[in-house]
Amino acid sequence: MHVDIFDQFQFSESKVHSLDPRIKVLVAVAFILSNALLPDGSWLAFGVAWFFLLLANDLSNLGLGFTLKRSVIALPFAVVAVSAIFSPRGEPLGVWDLGFMTLIPTDAGLIRFASILLRSWLSVQIAILLVATTQFPDLIHALEHLRLPRTLTTIIAFLFRYLFVLTNEVFRILRAREARSARLPGVSGGGSLGWRLKTTGSMAGQLFTRSYERSDRIYQAMISRGYAGHIRTLNPHRIQSRDWLVLIVSAAVLMLIQLVGWIL
Amino acid sequence: MLYAPTYLHIPDGFLTLVVSVIFWAVTIIMVWLAVSKTNKSLGEKQIPLMGVMAAFIFAAQMLNFPIAGGTSGHFLGGALAAIVLGPWAGILVMTAVVGVQALLFQDGGLLVMGANIFNMGILTAVVGFGLYRLVVHQKRGLRLAVAGGGAWMATMAAALVTALQLWLSGTTRLEIVLPAMLGVHALIGIGEGLITVAALAYIEQTRPDLLNAEKTAREGGRGWVVGGVLITLAAVFLSPLASGSPDGLERVAENLGFLGTGQDAPYQILPDYTIPFLGETALSTILAGVVGAALVMGLLVLVGRNLQRRSEV
Amino acid sequence: MPVKHTPSYDLIIPECQGDLLQIQDLHFAYPDGHQALRGINLNVCEGEKIALVGPNGAGKSTLMLHLNGILGDKSPITIAGLDLVKENLPVIRALVGLVFQNPDDQLFSPTVFEDVAFGPLHMGLPEDEVLERVKEALAVVGMEGFGERLSHHLSMGQKKRIAIATVLAMHPQILVLDEPSAGLDPRARRSLIDFLQELPITLLVSTHDLRMVNELFPRMVIMDEGEIVADGPTQELLKDETLLLAHGLESV
Repeated sequence: MHVDIFDQFQFSESKVHSLDPRIKVLVAVAFILSNALLPDGSWLAFGVAWFFLLLANDLSNLGLGFTLKRSVIALPFAVVAVSAIFSPRGEPLGVWDLGFMTLIPTDAGLIRFASILLRSWLSVQIAILLVATTQFPDLIHALEHLRLPRTLTTIIAFLFRYLFVLTNEVFRILRAREARSARLPGVSGGGSLGWRLKTTGSMAGQLFTRSYERSDRIYQAMISRGYAGHIRTLNPHRIQSRDWLVLIVSAAVLMLIQLVGWIL
Repeated sequence: MLYAPTYLHIPDGFLTLVVSVIFWAVTIIMVWLAVSKTNKSLGEKQIPLMGVMAAFIFAAQMLNFPIAGGTSGHFLGGALAAIVLGPWAGILVMTAVVGVQALLFQDGGLLVMGANIFNMGILTAVVGFGLYRLVVHQKRGLRLAVAGGGAWMATMAAALVTALQLWLSGTTRLEIVLPAMLGVHALIGIGEGLITVAALAYIEQTRPDLLNAEKTAREGGRGWVVGGVLITLAAVFLSPLASGSPDGLERVAENLGFLGTGQDAPYQILPDYTIPFLGETALSTILAGVVGAALVMGLLVLVGRNLQRRSEV
Repeated sequence: MPVKHTPSYDLIIPECQGDLLQIQDLHFAYPDGHQALRGINLNVCEGEKIALVGPNGAGKSTLMLHLNGILGDKSPITIAGLDLVKENLPVIRALVGLVFQNPDDQLFSPTVFEDVAFGPLHMGLPEDEVLERVKEALAVVGMEGFGERLSHHLSMGQKKRIAIATVLAMHPQILVLDEPSAGLDPRARRSLIDFLQELPITLLVSTHDLRMVNELFPRMVIMDEGEIVADGPTQELLKDETLLLAHGLESV
């Protein structure tokens, strides 16, 4: 059984795909940082940022609306920011009396809410583009190059490698549970919530033990190939002049966006 | 998405830069410590063990359970990881999980990851392990009960701090978000607690070599207990206070310039957050933010280089 | 009491003195008390292809793990003249290529390339040599061009071949395979047999697949309950039905 949902990489031959992963990570983080620095209500600047995003989408040969389609992910969390509409600053736009509490939406609050959503929406899209144009092993290399502790990057590499194996095991365990979750006609069953949780707990415990034992075998495989505590890797990425160019141009665009946001 | 959202994975844009940087600083320090401590205690085996454990937590979070009326919660795992692997290893494992969730699924933002790691990885480790460590030499019944309660408490603490971070960023109003977060997670926390207890019971029974009092006691000492108990007490007293008298808190916050709205949001959080000689202008604030971020980056590079040198020895 | 084999005097094979591998009276008990190996004596010479058969729990895997010093770093084992002691382990682990039963345990890196490169890299070889060895190893197992593939995208047969490549890249003198044909469909199994046929390297393979043993391995060692109960020419042993039956094996 193949679990491919964890693979966000979209294969395509494009300039963005072939960029050095370090550069892509830096540009993505800088873009998110730029959004965070823009003041509320700087619609023009947000617009320019969105244009930059669309350009990146297009250059990746993934279609102009690629990240747009997938950006609904941020939607559920938006409800958290709704209460910003009712902040005490700014001019009130009306009064809603709900009995137990009175809500007064303000113009400043509305602007704040919209800005939060825009920032979030833009930022999530650059992250989507990043993983769509970069193979995960290359992302790990990028993190290593960017001086993340070796221990942490190796844990992430193992996480990625064994995620598929373990989720397959979870599916197998869940299927086994399904196969034994029968119902007699006319009788409502299912067990109490407590019992269900206890079963889930035993499944988690079993998965844990299997994972622990697997890690022992992996350790044995590692030492039989010469591992002695220090992981060595070959990082095949070399930064070319094209990568530097992209970095500089992106930085310039982000500076421009800041200018637009703060001056205009 | 495979999971039902629990509103603990904060996306980018919902926290201000200042709040993000503060929690990044704490997280970086804790993760750095965790890397060096696990080096000593687990030795060669640490990397494959923590790696597979991270995959386990990730996969285990797919074990969701229906709560009531169509909603479901999912397992978080921070407390379980800390109790079974030790708090430092638990922190590293959860850091990897949160990081990969953010990268692969955009479940949680990149810039706000420091805060997410703190909430879901560090806080749960301190509370989950700290409380369990207190009773590690007691009888099985008490231990499991405290483990379950600790897991519940850890979930609540994470929810509380998340709410506070959102409020400090001017993203929400405290009297709305706090009761909501605490309410939802009180229920999810029950599931977390029960699953944690059941998993621990299973592991203890089938692999007593992996989970026993001596081993757990060695992984961490009194410091964790103090931390766990303090946070628990703080959470227990802070929550009703915050939910109960929101007006009072809001007035205090307003006076301190905590509540940001509209154009002023990013820098009214901490009114002194400007570069002195430039005065209180937009430019100086941007520069302050950039300087802050640069400091954090510099710290990260230094830490990374230090660890590289260390591991090469 | 396991049934032992009395050597027939019709077939005499030159006794190998164990120039490549020599095990003298190896005993081993697991920490939980289970006595897995009781006095194992085995000699392997260069160029030999030996099958290790026996029921589950006989100690085959345990024996194989000893050959890389995984279950004990001091054993009465000599490999190519080197005693199995802690100082020699790094060299021994390169000399003896151990391929585990479950390829998912053996392939632990994100990409195929990184997995095959792991061994040579940890041997301290320079980068261009590592690249060369990876290319060579992948070619030998017939998986050129698979370098950038992610391990979890491969089929079982492909994974088993890459697993062998990860070990071949270290240029071992003896290849030790634990149940290589387990879990393979007939086509993949045939492919594996052909591959092992061509491989010009000393082989020690544990397996339940007696038909494969019959086809590939001139010498067979039968283990049961931690002891070697028979060691001789495959053709002769396969004729001894009593022996086979007594140790949970069926004749082909």
